[in-house]
Amino acid sequence: MITTPTKLVNAKRTKDSPVKSSLFRQSIRKLSKNKLAVSGFVVVILMFVACFIGPLFSPYTDNKINMAMMNKAPHLKHWLGTDALGRDVLTRVLLAGRISLTVGLASMMLSVFIGSLLGALAGYYRGIVDQIIMRIADLLLTIPSLPLLFIFGALLSEWKIPTDYRMYIVMLMLSFVGWPGLARMVRGQMLSLREREFMQAAVVLGLRDRRKLFNHLLPNIVPLLIVIATLNIGGAILSESVLSFFGLGVMPPTPTWGNMIDAANNMIDFQERPWLWIPPGFSIFATVIAINIFGDGLRDVLDPKQKR
Amino acid sequence: MDNSIEIDHLSTYFYTEEGAVKAVDDVSFRVPLGQTVCIVGESGCGKSVTAMSIMGLVEEPGGKVISGKIDFSGEDLLKLDKHSLRSIRGNEIAMIFQEPMSSLNPVMKIGEQIMEPLIIHLKMSKKQARTRAIELIEQVGISRPEQIADSYPHELSGGMLQRIMIAIAISCNPKLLIADEPTTALDVTIQAQILDMLRDIKTNSNMSILLITHDLGVVAEMADYVIVMYSGKIVEEGEVVELFERPKHPYTKGLLKSKPIINQRLEELYSIPGQVPNPLDLQESCYFHDRCEQCMSICQTKQPQLQEVGTQQKVACWLYEEAVAHV
Amino acid sequence: MSEPLLEVNHLKKYFPITKGLLNRTVGHVKAVDDISITLQPGETFGLVGESGSGKSTVGRTILRLTDKTEGEIKFKGLDIHNLSPSELRAIRPKMQLIFQDPYSSLNPRVRVGDAIGEALLDHGLTSKGEVRDRVLDALVSCGLSSYHIDRFPHEFSGGQRQRIGIARALVLNPELIIADEPVSALDVSIQAQIINLFSKLQETRGLAYLFISHDLSVVEHLCSRIGVMYLGSMVETASRDELFRNPLHPYTKALLSAVPVPIPKLKRDRIVLKGDIPSPANPPSGCKFHTRCPYAVDICKHQIPEFREVGSQHHVACHLV
Repeated sequence: MITTPTKLVNAKRTKDSPVKSSLFRQSIRKLSKNKLAVSGFVVVILMFVACFIGPLFSPYTDNKINMAMMNKAPHLKHWLGTDALGRDVLTRVLLAGRISLTVGLASMMLSVFIGSLLGALAGYYRGIVDQIIMRIADLLLTIPSLPLLFIFGALLSEWKIPTDYRMYIVMLMLSFVGWPGLARMVRGQMLSLREREFMQAAVVLGLRDRRKLFNHLLPNIVPLLIVIATLNIGGAILSESVLSFFGLGVMPPTPTWGNMIDAANNMIDFQERPWLWIPPGFSIFATVIAINIFGDGLRDVLDPKQKR
Repeated sequence: MDNSIEIDHLSTYFYTEEGAVKAVDDVSFRVPLGQTVCIVGESGCGKSVTAMSIMGLVEEPGGKVISGKIDFSGEDLLKLDKHSLRSIRGNEIAMIFQEPMSSLNPVMKIGEQIMEPLIIHLKMSKKQARTRAIELIEQVGISRPEQIADSYPHELSGGMLQRIMIAIAISCNPKLLIADEPTTALDVTIQAQILDMLRDIKTNSNMSILLITHDLGVVAEMADYVIVMYSGKIVEEGEVVELFERPKHPYTKGLLKSKPIINQRLEELYSIPGQVPNPLDLQESCYFHDRCEQCMSICQTKQPQLQEVGTQQKVACWLYEEAVAHV
Repeated sequence: MSEPLLEVNHLKKYFPITKGLLNRTVGHVKAVDDISITLQPGETFGLVGESGSGKSTVGRTILRLTDKTEGEIKFKGLDIHNLSPSELRAIRPKMQLIFQDPYSSLNPRVRVGDAIGEALLDHGLTSKGEVRDRVLDALVSCGLSSYHIDRFPHEFSGGQRQRIGIARALVLNPELIIADEPVSALDVSIQAQIINLFSKLQETRGLAYLFISHDLSVVEHLCSRIGVMYLGSMVETASRDELFRNPLHPYTKALLSAVPVPIPKLKRDRIVLKGDIPSPANPPSGCKFHTRCPYAVDICKHQIPEFREVGSQHHVACHLV
């Protein structure tokens, strides 16, 4: 009874308002009412803008070594100080952000792609396809991902992969450990959707598999995917930072937030030169928190289980 | 005191994102002692919300009882504090719902669930409560009561569970039983059993029943007095035979005509055109006017009040307002 | 007599009950146990029963939404359960299903127009340019308006959604529509609208319906022949007038007397059945109805009554008739 108001549509009212209200627009409207989620979104956007456009306005470059300006505390010329090689910390934090955000975004996209594809196949075709895909996923899920990443990282160093390529390989590594959880979720969603009456209707209508998959099943999974994908970016950024912090991810001189915090490993840097590790640390913190807050807001709006 | 409960100008609103919904809008009625009053209406007419309001189950911030008085044995239920309300609820007023499965605790034995109110409200000992619970299970027509008392809800069928719900409801000898669509989820042959049983219990224990249903057949079988609701308002009420034989409001008439009746087949069923108005978008008018075949100009601009027509019948319709009829 | 549109012969559908780690089959739920139905073009057959009677499973097995266990289903002479996937797909548009729940039977993310028109495109029944016209046509004949075409299902009420579901089936020009409790989720006033729509569509398009319902009053209104099911078996079939005037099986009688009638003064001799519907996983021996039958005698407990003809087109399975 309580929910009926939203179900009822007055014939007269619909006639008067020819505006098509799409689910997408509705979601945006609902999301915009959630102040926390909006602020999270704003922070993420600011972070992206700063990292990708900011460095263009910086008088310094990433690798410019300036022996005269080593380990200077923040001052007017170098807002966040300089590091042991006299490089501007602010510029490096922003450039590192480019790498970290790109790695996060790209590995998320890759793992969402692999995960949803495999999950959808498993859930749609079931049987042997399902068995094979899900057993592989199970296997990967039984191995704790961090040690696995460490081993990969160590192997990369062992094989002396050029630092330029490492960034891409790190992305691949992160998607490799990221997809099984996703595939499992998508599969579960597919299985439950399959049993819904509108999918039975699709069978009775004799629709082609392709249409059932792309017009009926996937659109119902997209909201879930958006939510997971968003939350995944945060996780990927964190994992990359952890790897790089341990010197197993992206290596210096290419800056990432993770390998910049490495400075905190050094007792003197840690105690005397907080400008070296606080800015990258804070960037990770702010970005991941903002992404998670935004993701939670998205979930409230998009995840059908939250709706009555 | 010849009324079990008296509801006076009750209004309950719900708040949605799109605005306030007047789920129950200025509704007054009474349930006389030992009688069965039926509230009938379609989904969204406010019949269930009326029951929820009486039971104090409307919770903020989703909804709120805006105004009114619910007089139960001299006390206004809306003014009672939580504690006193709780001692009335389940004790003097009991309620059964449409879905017995979801009203029972799945991990608790049937017997324990019947014993619970006995121990809480009637301060029985565990042993006494157990004996009484078994009596109650027998009373609602279940054989092997001992065995049933030791089983879990999922082991029983829907009809059995509804019997158990009734057993729990009558366990404290309530003065009033509110039954919200108690047989809607059940098969017809089981429905017949449950309705028979409710009737028996009512006669034997002189309990009053407020029955909420959408099924006019059930109303005809059970009710002494009928209240027809539409869009949160009472549009017609009256003694059952009167109302079914001489319905006054066009909505009641339409409702009665649109139900197919066994052994009275017609070539075409009458159907009320259109659909229930959007509760968010109600204008000052008779809410039924755009579906009404006898709609007049006043119906579109002014809301009719519930008026007495005949001895035991009230209707809210401009067709019966003398002042208008003369114009 | 012309060839029947649909012939169901001795259909059985058993669902295995499995237990334990190895999914050992420990028994069967005999959801449908030897059911035969014939349906002529343009006819309406009503299948009545309570929950657990297997009436919905019959509908689903005819449409091959689940596989049969035994028996034969012929639609226009084609054995539905022996068709190849492509043959089955080709025949699908001719036999359509209408669901009970108008909320879950429409995909919330597909616009009404697409939901109705997509099957036309997929089967190549219309060119892209004409789809919209066909959809509009179907919408209007189901009592909806043309501006509804671009809306999403959530913008409609239950009754309107049911109309959309009917339009979706109708646009394919089916010859058989299986309607599984199509009005039981709707309010009385809307129910009448949809029932009338069903009659009107049958008149104008010559559709045949297999109308599955628990509500005898609705079935009486729409169906020319009626079959009553109990625990997977047919207990009685007859023409409408015959069944309502002269019900022979005790279960049919009980069912008829149990339907509440909106006439307060009517005092009927009601047959109130004892007990619950037994579980279809463990049906009683002999006549499945004997546990609740007020007239049961000894033979009912041991011997399964034969389903035999007792009048013209009137079949019943009862020892006492």
